[in-house]
Amino acid sequence: MTTLPPDQDIVFKGYDPEISRRLFAFLGPYRWRFSLAMVLMLISSAAAVAGPYLVKVAIDDGIGTGSIAILRQVVIFYLAIAIIQWIATFIRVNLMAQVGQSIIYDLRSQLFIHLQDLSLSFYSHYSVGRVITRVINDVGVLREFITWALLAVARDLFALIGIVIVMLSMNLRLSLITFTVIPIMIWGTTVFKKYARQNYRQVRAAISWVNSVLAENINGVRVVQAFSREDTNYHYFRDVVNQNNLDANLRAARIASAFPAMIDFLGAAATALVVWLGGMAVIRSVPGAADTITPGVLVAFLLYISRFFDPIRDLSRRYDSFQSTMAGSERIFALLDEPVEVQDAPEAVQLPKIEGEVHFEEVSFHYQDIDPTEGDQLVLEEINLHIKPGQTVALVGETGAGKSTLIKLIARFHDPTDGQILIDGHDLRHVSQISLRSQMGIVLQDPFLFNGTVAENIRFGHLEASDEEVSAAAQAVGADDFIQRLSKGYDSPVEEGGAVLSVGQRQLISFARALLADPRILILDEATSSVDTQTERVIQEALARLLHGRTSFVIAHRLSTVVNADIILVVHDGRIIEEGNHSELLALGGRYFHLYSSGFED
Amino acid sequence: MRSLLRLRSFVQPYWKQVSLAFIALTFLTLISLAIPLIIRQVIDQGLVESDARLLITAAIILLVIGIARAFLIYWQRYLTERIAAQVGFDLRNRLYDHIQRLTFTYHDHAETGQLISRTIEDVRSIERFTGNGIVELIHLLLLFFGIVILLFSANARLAIIALLPMIPLVLVTSNFGRKIGDYFLKVDNSLGELSTRIQENVLGVQVVRAFAREPYEVERFNTANRILYNARISVIGEWSKIMPTSHLLVVLSTILILWFGGNLVIAGEMTIGGIVAFNSYLLMLAEPARQLTWLVNMAGEAVAGVNRTFEILDIEPEIQSPADAVTLPQLSGRVQFQEVALAYQGEASHALCEIDLTVEPNQVVALIGSTGSGKTSLVNLIPRFYDVNRGALLVDGIDVRDVNLESLRKQIGIVLQTSLLFSSSISENISFGRSDTTEFEIIEAAKAAQAHEFIESFPAGYDTIVGERGVTLSGGQRQRVAIARALLLDPRILILDDSTSSVDMQTEQLIQKALWELMQGRTTFVIAHRLSTVHRADLILVMENGQIVERGTHRELIAGDGLYREICDLQLRDREKFHEEVRVLDSPAATTYPSPKPQGWEAE
Repeated sequence: MTTLPPDQDIVFKGYDPEISRRLFAFLGPYRWRFSLAMVLMLISSAAAVAGPYLVKVAIDDGIGTGSIAILRQVVIFYLAIAIIQWIATFIRVNLMAQVGQSIIYDLRSQLFIHLQDLSLSFYSHYSVGRVITRVINDVGVLREFITWALLAVARDLFALIGIVIVMLSMNLRLSLITFTVIPIMIWGTTVFKKYARQNYRQVRAAISWVNSVLAENINGVRVVQAFSREDTNYHYFRDVVNQNNLDANLRAARIASAFPAMIDFLGAAATALVVWLGGMAVIRSVPGAADTITPGVLVAFLLYISRFFDPIRDLSRRYDSFQSTMAGSERIFALLDEPVEVQDAPEAVQLPKIEGEVHFEEVSFHYQDIDPTEGDQLVLEEINLHIKPGQTVALVGETGAGKSTLIKLIARFHDPTDGQILIDGHDLRHVSQISLRSQMGIVLQDPFLFNGTVAENIRFGHLEASDEEVSAAAQAVGADDFIQRLSKGYDSPVEEGGAVLSVGQRQLISFARALLADPRILILDEATSSVDTQTERVIQEALARLLHGRTSFVIAHRLSTVVNADIILVVHDGRIIEEGNHSELLALGGRYFHLYSSGFED
Repeated sequence: MRSLLRLRSFVQPYWKQVSLAFIALTFLTLISLAIPLIIRQVIDQGLVESDARLLITAAIILLVIGIARAFLIYWQRYLTERIAAQVGFDLRNRLYDHIQRLTFTYHDHAETGQLISRTIEDVRSIERFTGNGIVELIHLLLLFFGIVILLFSANARLAIIALLPMIPLVLVTSNFGRKIGDYFLKVDNSLGELSTRIQENVLGVQVVRAFAREPYEVERFNTANRILYNARISVIGEWSKIMPTSHLLVVLSTILILWFGGNLVIAGEMTIGGIVAFNSYLLMLAEPARQLTWLVNMAGEAVAGVNRTFEILDIEPEIQSPADAVTLPQLSGRVQFQEVALAYQGEASHALCEIDLTVEPNQVVALIGSTGSGKTSLVNLIPRFYDVNRGALLVDGIDVRDVNLESLRKQIGIVLQTSLLFSSSISENISFGRSDTTEFEIIEAAKAAQAHEFIESFPAGYDTIVGERGVTLSGGQRQRVAIARALLLDPRILILDDSTSSVDMQTEQLIQKALWELMQGRTTFVIAHRLSTVHRADLILVMENGQIVERGTHRELIAGDGLYREICDLQLRDREKFHEEVRVLDSPAATTYPSPKPQGWEAE
């Protein structure tokens, strides 16, 4: 199996001010806390910079002159500063935790709400894995950055500027000697950045490949075991996919190790220079002359040199994190920018309790964002329909004829490209989606159940339903029997893998769910395909009760489900080519007749 | 923290690299300790005694030390990263293999999102710790003891004073370490919960929309989101206490030294250079103290990671080939169920009980029965996806628990209820079960499964990539590829689990015809709802509540008065009705044809 490495979603193109602007917009509600944290950061940075200077004062003015009084003052002052720094840091970290986590909370929440608005066609080309990566991992990278890096970058910059100012004011000559290593450092950093960026991409691509191969193997584990593919798959994973990840990490490790070594060496070189040139200056200096270098100054300088290189090393390390943050944000905003296909109109009204009359007027539809690899896309053409309240409508036709699209338009999963759909005379585009769908029940071919208990899944259709109502719904569709036999009855968990429930049983539960919702309009999309003949009979009897007094649309491969409908629509290539009840259509001797007869030919 | 010891066996293979990294670090530490000594010489002799040559020598030595340090830093870092990457590599391999060998019983209850996050994220936090963490921890200890010795040799009294703040530091840090592991576990678990919420919401998007439950879903998501928020805040809350405190304690040492040491110098008992050197040693403790907090934090994350990954690795796959497994020869295909009972984990009632059945080679067995009656459970026992709770299952007279699993499963072809394909080319999907196939065989299998035609209609033909970033196949197309995949094995035993339910009627008939040919000369188990598939079988089993309630051929069973007869009646009724309707149409009276209501509806 040569599962291909996944494409990179978006490759980081460089710094984009638009992204920073949008990120800062999320900071908005917390700007006061953020500013306060910034001030506290300044205070603790100042305190950190003051440390070596105080040591210098203590040595030169206190110990050097033998003045215990001055030494005491300096020591008390240092202690006070240390305590201020302690308090400032404590408050700052907590503030930033709140700011950072709140932003992350808001961002995830906003992403999730947006996901609720995106069209179904979005989900056909955006996999679950990618959605999770966006909402969990990419936002996670952002969290690290906001909580730790954002202020650290500010601190490093302040520290660097502060140290440079102190050094310059203490002694110009020694400062200039120290700064001679900077050009080499800039060159080294530029080279490092280039490689680091490449490595970052490769490492990211490698791990997401591991991720997708793993995910596929877990999802397909039953097939893997059925075909005894464990060894082959293991070797492929170990020798290709995971090895690629190892190699990428090792390459990255070489560069990542060389950089701090270089910075450290430059620090050592600067120290050696200061000891040599600075030391000579101390020896030669005439007391009282301008630009004197005292031993205290030299000691302080040596201390500052190490502090001068720390923020530089830090900043270049942050570059990595900065880069992944920008790349992650770009992907997050791309998802937030995905257009919402179906939106409530600003003046949308609540759809009042409906009778269930459905009107299609010259409705045409084609998908807007066609995935070129998906081949033919369905198009509905000039559909005219008038369904009276309480009628049962069956849709038949080949796979891909447009049956599902038609019912998706009724539920307003998509808006028609042309024409309009009216329910009880209300154009769907003028009513709120919630008020529309809360009066609709839909049972799909793939009976999706959520993690939770059986009862919770049935109750999904009507959150306020009592236990009695839940079991009444289950009884009505013939699901009560098997549910009672489960070890915990209605409280049995429904699990992702779920050998405990068969596909047919899941379908029955989804029926109960729809029944409990007590919809005015009911849509069944091949809902009985995995149910055996006996169960289907049970359901059909239940359905007969369920359909009574409701407008309903039924898609089925099995014509036995269809024959009783008030209206049968034969859909072919996006058009309704035959319309009428069972006997009318049979008499027509057209496509329906053929479909119906082929169902019983062996 | 004890759980970290479990990583031993994963770190052991790299002991050479670990020792090299330690050696590099030891040297690094030793030469770093020399720097303050040199500075002290510079101040006391070079500056105070104006010894220019000493200054130059010192500068050169510092530079040489700088070069040596650069090399050592590089090697030490690279080696630790390498150890980390290799441990992660091995751990991921182990997890991957272990997960794919865990039994169906495990996967029935497992959540995909959790398994993935353990293999990716939890291994990553273990990696971080095994590389940097272990080596740095030793480094810190070395450094700490080195500095302590130096401090004591320089001035024992000052050393005691300077080290006083270290006592609370150690206490505070170990307390932090104890708490942080639990907090991280909470964070990891709530992240897992958040992923599950998203996964469900996306997979169930149509249901959520259909029932207009978006507000409910948002509320549930935000509840999980809020739990994660709180877990994170409590981690950082701990962190915000420890980080400034450890810094304060180190600064406190410096202040103590300045005060007491300064007094000593003024009293003439110490030199200024002595104080400066003493203080530089102390400052060397500042960084380790800060790192210690990081390390403990990292260890906390790793502990959570180890607990979560070993939770998986500790599960023994219940179904494995026994040590003295028999490798099955080419099977003739006799399958016997002897008093078999099966109950799923956590379920009180039996999924199967009292199954007694002998299927002769090359027989076609059809299973019918209502949803949940045990048909799938029965066929799942043949490739030993589950073990029986009672009784035995024999293939060619050998208990499946005694045979080599691969030699058994390689001779069984299965088409599951939901046909899952992998995101690779169609031809690779078809040859999934065999590595030694020719293109010709693949095409033959595809033709037999009625898949050749639609595959050829794709521009890339058999090289078309299916799945997430390739062509999306319809349910019927996927099913036909899955059938081809099973056929290519040329299996002795063929299992077809409801393989044609999501195919429209015309396609179904095509597949049925092909399948019928393929069943010849193999022992076949077929689960189907349609009588057209069932009635030709050599043996029909009617199942109900996990038991075989009727068995026999179509002719025998239809003659009886059981469930099978009832099902047949139900299905045949439709067919008869059709013929009747066609007859009516043919007759001249068809114009006044009444609308017939079938029996099922008359009750209404």
